[in-house]
Amino acid sequence: MPSKVEGWKDEIYGTEIREHLYRFAEEGWSAIPEDEHDAWFERFKWWGLYHQRKGQESYFMMRIGTPNGRMTPQQLRVVGEIADEYARGPVENPEFGDAYCDWTTRQSIQLHWIQLQDIPDIFDKLEANDLSTIQACGDSWRNIVGSPVAGRDAKEHLNAWPVIKDLHDTFKGNDEYSNLPRKWKVAVTGDTRGSGQAEINDLGFEPAVKKIDTDEQSSSSDQNAKRSADGQKVKGFNVTVGGGLARKEPRFARDIDVFVTEDEVADVAGATSALFRDHGDREDRFSARIKFLIDEWGPEKFRRVLQQEYVDFELRTAGEDLRDQYTYNSGRSDEIGDYVGVHEQNDGNYFVGLSVLVGRMGAEDVIELADLADEYGSEMIGLTQRQNIIVADIADDDLDAFLDEDLLEYYQPDPHPFLRGSIACTGTEYCSLSIVETKNRMVRYARWLKDNVQLPDGIEDFHVHLSGCTASCAQPQIADISLRGMKTRKDGEPVEAFDIGLGGGLGENPQFADWVEMRVAADEVPGYIRNLLRIYDERAVRDEQRERDDGLGDRESFREFIARHDEDELTGLAEPEETSYEDPYLNNTKMTWYPYAEDDEMDASPAPSPADD
Amino acid sequence: MPTSVHQLDDGAWLSVNDAREVNVSDLWWLARQEFCSCAMADFLAEGFVEIGIDHPNVEGRIAGQCIECGESGVTDWLTLGRVVNPEAGRFFAVDPSSVHVPERRRRLASPPE
Repeated sequence: MPSKVEGWKDEIYGTEIREHLYRFAEEGWSAIPEDEHDAWFERFKWWGLYHQRKGQESYFMMRIGTPNGRMTPQQLRVVGEIADEYARGPVENPEFGDAYCDWTTRQSIQLHWIQLQDIPDIFDKLEANDLSTIQACGDSWRNIVGSPVAGRDAKEHLNAWPVIKDLHDTFKGNDEYSNLPRKWKVAVTGDTRGSGQAEINDLGFEPAVKKIDTDEQSSSSDQNAKRSADGQKVKGFNVTVGGGLARKEPRFARDIDVFVTEDEVADVAGATSALFRDHGDREDRFSARIKFLIDEWGPEKFRRVLQQEYVDFELRTAGEDLRDQYTYNSGRSDEIGDYVGVHEQNDGNYFVGLSVLVGRMGAEDVIELADLADEYGSEMIGLTQRQNIIVADIADDDLDAFLDEDLLEYYQPDPHPFLRGSIACTGTEYCSLSIVETKNRMVRYARWLKDNVQLPDGIEDFHVHLSGCTASCAQPQIADISLRGMKTRKDGEPVEAFDIGLGGGLGENPQFADWVEMRVAADEVPGYIRNLLRIYDERAVRDEQRERDDGLGDRESFREFIARHDEDELTGLAEPEETSYEDPYLNNTKMTWYPYAEDDEMDASPAPSPADD
Repeated sequence: MPTSVHQLDDGAWLSVNDAREVNVSDLWWLARQEFCSCAMADFLAEGFVEIGIDHPNVEGRIAGQCIECGESGVTDWLTLGRVVNPEAGRFFAVDPSSVHVPERRRRLASPPE
């Protein structure tokens, strides 16, 4: 029997939700029939609106999907202005004030405390600037992720931006694909960094090359074809399916042995999502993601059905991948795998990646950065999957002046590794699923670590991903230190805690973390990290093959050090410990209506907002 | 008035008559349980997996883990609360921190078609 959510979707779903949304905005919160709340809130997700958690009724999180995290400075300014005007809640956040934007791990934007009556004005402003919330949440094509600097990056296999733009234009607002069994996350990687993180997406296009007979490559672009003795070597992508991290069921996307040229991406992407639409599980939402279908079928059957029922040309077998060049989130010691810092573009200009701690940026700062970018002639802003922001197109002559701007003292191009590597999800501040407080805590962790822990020689990049629950929005399984929200008891009282994992990352050989310390009280996590780094410092071996100027071999990277130990050895390798770190959120933040309110009892909640009627 | 119950948002909460009534992230004491070998499981609710009604009780199976021993999985059926007078539709939730006894049940969570 189809799930209850499928029943609601059968009645009304997709683009038609919008007219109802506008009606409710006009008539007010109370116009939504009480016995239809759940159905409407489920549907509103399709238009990027997610009803905030218990105690915050009538307020919404609004997600704006920016493919590849890419915007113009003008679009960034508009986002900042909307946050400044509409994303203000009843109580300030003690770390971030009120009115801020969250840059997400899927290169989207999230605003909080949005009220129903403001939605038409916000949509008008977004759409006048070619921005939209369409399909940002819900069961359809989500925001497409990939390199924000596609077309500019010197480390590029091919410019994937036209491909991504085409996918975005084709599959957003497309009735054929608007009602899928579950979310559909797509990544397209055109660079050699591996920055699309296709491994953890439902559908991935990974950079590849393949020799193709001359008469076979008629549909591929000539500019990416290189003649060789027995055919032409063509640049394109290998196709992977069924990656994802949620619900303690992490999967790397499976190789379905298909190579496509740029021109074939949209056909194969459409075919794959149509297969998911028709064969995905609509009875049990917990088993609905395509990772479970490919578990059941295996990649060979998946490819066979795709070929026989959904694609009207002969699929090629996979090409040669470029994984050995991947640096993004790879834990390599020879290159830091993110976009932070100053990088030369292929046109001689520079893009500058700025670290945004836990991805949250005040609205005023967003507007200031947009104006700065405009002033320096930038035509592109990028959000990265590490929750940071890029300003592109800075001329060589302007670079020093740009780097001297006051705003870059806070959003730094060369931050301390503990600040640079920190990612956190939304957490109990707004999210129904989260077990623990996340963003403010990660800020406090990062600052404490920076002030109190000597970073060992050999570590220049250190990733801590903090996720409030098993939904894994902060991608905890692919970090040096993986933190997943938990509870434990301390002196008999329940406190917020984390399971700690080690050794995760992507790159040439992707690995999920091993979960090695369970239920560590949140105030003992920084002490654990300090103790673990001390052990690394004592025991990391040097690789004589990687000799440095001082004659010593380079040390193995932290990821290599962890990979050298098995799970049993990692368990108990370091001890959790209380330190000078203080955690103001140890008690059950989920029991509050808002964790930072002076009177935080659920009964003190001002929701639903009277302003909405 | 029929009582409408379901879990939503990936099992984040129990909805009764379109009101969010029981959340994940609470600790539940489970006695006489087969979830783990602890005498009393100190069970962290991480997600509602199945919801059903055995009038007047609203029941559910919850995914999570015992924070004492670390065993994780899905509980047998737990009473989450009661709708004493379906006409009024008011739901009275149980207190997770009191003691609960999970039960196996043989009937279906939803009636057959």
